[in-house]
Amino acid sequence: MKLSATTLTASLLVSVIAILLAIPMMLQWERPPMDSTQLGFRGLGMEQITNPRLAEKLKAANPLPTPDDPVPDDGVLVKNDHENYKNVQVLGDLDTAQFNRLMGAITVWVAPQDGDNASCAYCHNIENMASDEKYTKVVARRMLQMTRAINTQHKSHVAETGVTCYTCHRGQPVPANVWSTNPGPKQAGGFAASRDGQNVAGQSVPAYASLPYDPFTTLLKPDARIRVVATTALPEGTGADVKATEKTYALMMHMSSALGVNCTFCHNTRQFASWQQSRPQRVTAWHGIQMVRDIDTNYLGSLTDVFPANRKGPEGDVYKVNCATCHHGVNKPLYGFSMAKSYPELSVPNP
Amino acid sequence: MMIEYQNLFTRVQVHGPNDLGVPMKPGNWPREKGITTNWLMGTIGDAQLGPIYLGAIGIMSLLCGFIAIEIIGLNMFASVNWNPIQFVRQFFWLGLEPPPAKYGLSLAPLREGGWWQIAGFFLTASILLWWVRTYRRARALGMGTHIAWAFAAAIWLYLVLGFIRPLIMGNFSEAVPFGIFPHLDWTAAFSIRYGNLFYNPFHMLSIVFLYGSALLFAMHGATILSVSRLGGEREIEQIIDRGTASERAALFWRWTMGFNATMESIHRWAWWMAVLCPLVGGIGILLTGTVVDNWYLWSVKHGVAPMYPFDLTAPIVDPATAQ
Repeated sequence: MKLSATTLTASLLVSVIAILLAIPMMLQWERPPMDSTQLGFRGLGMEQITNPRLAEKLKAANPLPTPDDPVPDDGVLVKNDHENYKNVQVLGDLDTAQFNRLMGAITVWVAPQDGDNASCAYCHNIENMASDEKYTKVVARRMLQMTRAINTQHKSHVAETGVTCYTCHRGQPVPANVWSTNPGPKQAGGFAASRDGQNVAGQSVPAYASLPYDPFTTLLKPDARIRVVATTALPEGTGADVKATEKTYALMMHMSSALGVNCTFCHNTRQFASWQQSRPQRVTAWHGIQMVRDIDTNYLGSLTDVFPANRKGPEGDVYKVNCATCHHGVNKPLYGFSMAKSYPELSVPNP
Repeated sequence: MMIEYQNLFTRVQVHGPNDLGVPMKPGNWPREKGITTNWLMGTIGDAQLGPIYLGAIGIMSLLCGFIAIEIIGLNMFASVNWNPIQFVRQFFWLGLEPPPAKYGLSLAPLREGGWWQIAGFFLTASILLWWVRTYRRARALGMGTHIAWAFAAAIWLYLVLGFIRPLIMGNFSEAVPFGIFPHLDWTAAFSIRYGNLFYNPFHMLSIVFLYGSALLFAMHGATILSVSRLGGEREIEQIIDRGTASERAALFWRWTMGFNATMESIHRWAWWMAVLCPLVGGIGILLTGTVVDNWYLWSVKHGVAPMYPFDLTAPIVDPATAQ
């Protein structure tokens, strides 16, 4: 077989051009310059790299809400006004004026849309506000308990900033960033190899990796073991395997992208496991994982029978929260703006 | 003519009568007759293509390699539900995973790593057969077997990663998956799991030999090209009969760095630099998880890893132990 030189040259040129075109198409390159902030001791490469152009877009996507003006008390508690307020199980200790202010705020935070089943009617039967016939009202009640639990029992994560419905919902009945058990796209099945929960594009974080795409189902269970790095120099018993490490890796990459930070925001990457060399943010993040587990198991998990099928994932489990649900790409949700301060009734223990 | 060598790209193409090689001893298949010359190939190497020698071992090797690639490729194809567009689009992401740890060293079900084991078997067979081929073809030409042994160093690293270390660890889940991104993810996770492979001294050595090979290759190539107008391309003859080209090249390096390799030793340098890269790398991998579980802590223990100052007024404590 003898190809002419021109044919070969032409085909070589075409393939080179095709490859050169494919690379930028595959990689969504970000152009320099980047901002870099030193986070640790000099020489350790502990730096936060941010793209100022993307940071601006992120700021626009995370507008700060305006809290409602305070209102004077009516002097009557909800639980004492039996005539107008029935079936108020969580907020009974509120003054009626504060109760109505909060109800109005929740409407704006969660279901501000227009329509027959939006606004107040998203949860309430307008004819009978006390009725629990809409599942959304039962969910909302549990979510109020959850918000109070977060603001009182999880201060190690949310500190004095606290959360309100808006932190997650941002004007959407279902928050934008939720997760449910992900079986992944369909495989041929049969005796063909299972992809083992990984090795598929467009599912995992980061995009240019084949890491497990659902680290949440297993690792966000209470008491699941996230730690994989050996704790002793020499082998002592069986440690985590590389597959488990990939799953932890995937969870960590989720945290990184959910908060818009690099690994070194929390870790000294010479030794991920070392607490001594970590930044204090890692402790906050650890408490965050405990909080997410509490929320997913005890609050959202308890609503499994309440949610209709169209509000559940493909495997029939309810939509749950992870770091991205509150953070929206920002290391402090809403850049640390405390909405909860204007609604102190959300930061008291549940009755 | 000589001045053409000064160019950075190949300028000279020699077209003579086709070279059929030395006469073959009995026991070899006859050489294929198909010989052609190609100008484009001549710009990067020899313009003469062929004769190719396949032989029984070559054919077996190609067959085993084909089976392995076919198993890997079809399983990747199945993982996107036989969708050809997705197969191409997601190709870098797709993979074939080794069995989970629970199957140990036994044969796993096909869908849970069994295919990986079969593909691994055929790929290994293919590579080993190809090694035999490099050895036997060198012998048939009356050459030394340096190439075969250099290739064996690479095979050593491959076998440690996919077979010997999993064997010692007691399960195949420790082995590397097939696939572009999957094997890169594996590499990163492997390093994290075993406490940062950069603290593994054999990994350090392997990097030295890798970068050293590149440096040495550049130095040698540049040296020979730069003295080619003085006859430097006859480097093997110049081992014993130096001549002005190798004398000038040697003096250049003595002037610039005080020491020079010889026309002989530079090739031994190159061979060992390249061979030692996978050789010590393989040792480093073999020791990981079997002898050392966390290379960073091992380095701290042996005074390799320095400590940096911390804010001792606010020590960071593991919250899981603090409660």
